[in-house]
Amino acid sequence: MGVTQILFWFLSVVAIFSALMVVTAKNPVYSVLWLIATFFAISGHYILLNAQFLAIVNIIVYAGAIMVLFLFVIMLLNLNKETEPQKNRWLKVAGAVAGGCLLLVLVAALKDADIKSQTALVNTGNIGLIKNLGKELFTTYVVPFEISSILFLSAMVGAVVIGKKE
Amino acid sequence: MPINYYIFLSVALFCIGIVGVLTRRNAIIVFMCIELMLNAVNLLLVAFSKMHHMKALAADVATTAGTDGQLFVFFIMVVAAAEVSVGLAIIVMMYRNIHSVDINFLNRLKH
Repeated sequence: MGVTQILFWFLSVVAIFSALMVVTAKNPVYSVLWLIATFFAISGHYILLNAQFLAIVNIIVYAGAIMVLFLFVIMLLNLNKETEPQKNRWLKVAGAVAGGCLLLVLVAALKDADIKSQTALVNTGNIGLIKNLGKELFTTYVVPFEISSILFLSAMVGAVVIGKKE
Repeated sequence: MPINYYIFLSVALFCIGIVGVLTRRNAIIVFMCIELMLNAVNLLLVAFSKMHHMKALAADVATTAGTDGQLFVFFIMVVAAAEVSVGLAIIVMMYRNIHSVDINFLNRLKH
């Protein structure tokens, strides 16, 4: 078992454990912090797959910007363990069973898929580097890129309009 | 790494996100679980992009096949960032009106 395998299993266990803690933590602030841990584990997976640009963007955009926004809103609304609304126990059990059934169905469907021999290239390959991604982004995908800037502008205007007191 | 390890990891993360959406009542945590599901999909897209790249590499050494998968992940992150800003504005407005982030208060879409 090489160092790549060890890192893969370690990052997978960290990602799944922190994702479970996001769902089960009572205090919303702890949920946000566990979600940041999940995003760091997923970024580790990106680095393992040599998608370094996405790993850095994931840390900067998700862990750095979006999660800070979540944390800011939670602290602004002063949410804590006491104000946390709780579903009744049977609805929680039903939700967990429904999610578990979906997991079971997906795993059962994908278990026998004809992909056993396919492998994802780890540690090597330079398509994840910023040079290749940038070249592709500003030639083939330049129109979606510009449209996404308009999307950001409209999202910004929308957030301001929704958020302001009338 | 074999691709099915990545598939099962992503499926597990996605299902944890779904369980979170189904079992929590705090609107912000439901929103965070949706982010978790988006990230599971992103991870799978990157893994598939590397799988595609490896297959193309056998035919051509200088190939850039698989770049589009990673660019889709980039666009998903862009859309997620826009979505979060609007969604959190809606949650703040909801808190201002009903003084709670409990989604059960909004289950009839009135008040």
